[in-house]
Amino acid sequence: MSRVVLMKGNEALAEAALIAGCRHYFAYPITPQNEIPAYMARRLPELGGTFLQAESELAAISMVMGAAAAGVRVMTSSSSPGIALKQEGISYLAGAELPCVVVNVMRGGPGLGGIAGAQGDYFQATRGGGNGDYRTIVLTPGSAQELADFTIRAFDLADEYRIPVLILADGYLGQMSEPLRLPEPSGRIFEKPWAVTGAKGRKKNTIASLRLIPETALEDHNLHLKKKYDEVAEAVRDFETYRTGDADWLIVAYGTAARVARKAVDRLRADGIRAGLFRPKAVWPFPDRELKELAERARRVLTVEMSLGQLVEDVRLAVEGIVGVDLYGRAGGAVPAVDEIIGRVRDYERQNYAHVRAS
Amino acid sequence: MSGKTTPMYARPEALKDVRTHYCAGCGHGIIQKLVAEALDELGVREETIVIGPVGCSVLIYNYLEVDGLEAAHGRAPAVATGLKRARPDKLVISYQGDGDLLAIGTGETVHAANRGENISVIFVNNAIYGMTGGQMAPTTLEGQKTKTSPAGRNPLDVGFPIRACEMLDTLEAPAYIERVSVHNPAAVRKAKKAVSKALRYQMEGRGYSFVEVLSMCPTNWGIDPVRAAEWVKDAMIPWYPLNVFRDRPAAESGEAAAPAGGGASAGVRAESAKNNGFAVEEKAS
Repeated sequence: MSRVVLMKGNEALAEAALIAGCRHYFAYPITPQNEIPAYMARRLPELGGTFLQAESELAAISMVMGAAAAGVRVMTSSSSPGIALKQEGISYLAGAELPCVVVNVMRGGPGLGGIAGAQGDYFQATRGGGNGDYRTIVLTPGSAQELADFTIRAFDLADEYRIPVLILADGYLGQMSEPLRLPEPSGRIFEKPWAVTGAKGRKKNTIASLRLIPETALEDHNLHLKKKYDEVAEAVRDFETYRTGDADWLIVAYGTAARVARKAVDRLRADGIRAGLFRPKAVWPFPDRELKELAERARRVLTVEMSLGQLVEDVRLAVEGIVGVDLYGRAGGAVPAVDEIIGRVRDYERQNYAHVRAS
Repeated sequence: MSGKTTPMYARPEALKDVRTHYCAGCGHGIIQKLVAEALDELGVREETIVIGPVGCSVLIYNYLEVDGLEAAHGRAPAVATGLKRARPDKLVISYQGDGDLLAIGTGETVHAANRGENISVIFVNNAIYGMTGGQMAPTTLEGQKTKTSPAGRNPLDVGFPIRACEMLDTLEAPAYIERVSVHNPAAVRKAKKAVSKALRYQMEGRGYSFVEVLSMCPTNWGIDPVRAAEWVKDAMIPWYPLNVFRDRPAAESGEAAAPAGGGASAGVRAESAKNNGFAVEEKAS
């Protein structure tokens, strides 16, 4: 049995990466994820691995590309504006089908924004912040335990599907200390015959990005990627439900916002309003049909997010108009409060069902 | 005369037997052949990974029979860093043009050199952007006309052409920095020696090696190949003198053979600890 430890979320994630066999890590400093590079700088040399502080985010993600191409497990981490810079490399990694793990411990934006936790990079993560027709798996942990557990899963998914995997956390999760049980390695081994390691006893491997000849080369590649993304979308259906069995109100939230929403569900239930929580643990692929199934039995859906209308778009796409979808968002480092969520539900109930009570 | 002929000029094993797509008089074919010859002679074709950048240089993987990958524009030294750190026992070559190395990738260039990454950078300087059709490069000469400097490069407006070797020579870590040319057969022979030396130094774990090769782009210069070769000699070399800027002897301690982690070689660290300085051997070219 693995031991229970008290760790900051960022450190739990870093340790889990080491447990997953990651021995190469390249990054550039930015708050609120600085515990990750500090942890790696201390631990990786002890394990004979590589920690390198890159000259820029562009260089860090390019170093990730080089190490991924060599066939080793590799990770980088940053926060919002830094992840924006990494999009160039993420697009190249996705196009070249190179496995890697990219961690975004989100802070408020746009621009330099603030250093407090936020969820404003949902579009950036799920809509592809870089150029071209590509997807990345996006996992959304909600605790130090999940930061660790999802990191193990992220490395396996990256290798299995040859795809960059994003861990979309936020500054609160990264900074908060919580008890957790350190995960075990999955034990899964992935052969990488495509890696560039010198063409010894085999034909040469080329990891290309430019596809000009023949004329159909690029679309053929796009279609190949699409097929893979469809497979991923079938295989990765990560979500959790809480008290949704008979819920009239279905609250949808992820990460830190979901922790608050869960408390709101309990309070609403105590007040006689049947609420439940649907928490995506991955937002690409988005657990759309599972959400729709629950929404069909609900009167209304409320999306709670630490951004001003990003997650709600995927929720609306998922429920396909069968029920109304409301949004409660805070931004710029603010966290929705339990009372605010309850207030939102009550206001709606009062406006729309007052006549029921009066009669 | 005996009936048997001995080929004096054979295709290196590392060079694929395919038709070139490069323009008539372009230097890339020559330089890529030199890389292939060096790989053959050092017997490391199967241990080598070449990083192609963005620009005409990217198509190097069509011609070399070695493992390769493509970096984003300017990022080749960073990709090479990641690769080398993951596989310190492999030979890693970053093959880059002037826009890639000195404009969009200046940061990656300087910092990989400054870390003394145990990689070899082959820098093809033809003073213009080739693949995009002849725009001004960071190495475009003063007064040189391009699509984006139609009146000729004006240093008061866009700065002077950058000398890569001289700039990198201000850094402590690099083991070897030389500028060569391929404008005539004698120059090509010297260029070959420089490329071989750079790769050999990497094999010996001496750290960062950098070879700048002055090259021709007749298509985008708008002149014929013969005049292009002359232009390298008459216009480029006066601004970009051919020289060995840095050639640090192997560490006397014998620690240089195995660099840990692929970063600054043991030789660099040993010597740095000893005298906090580097012997620079100047050679006339």
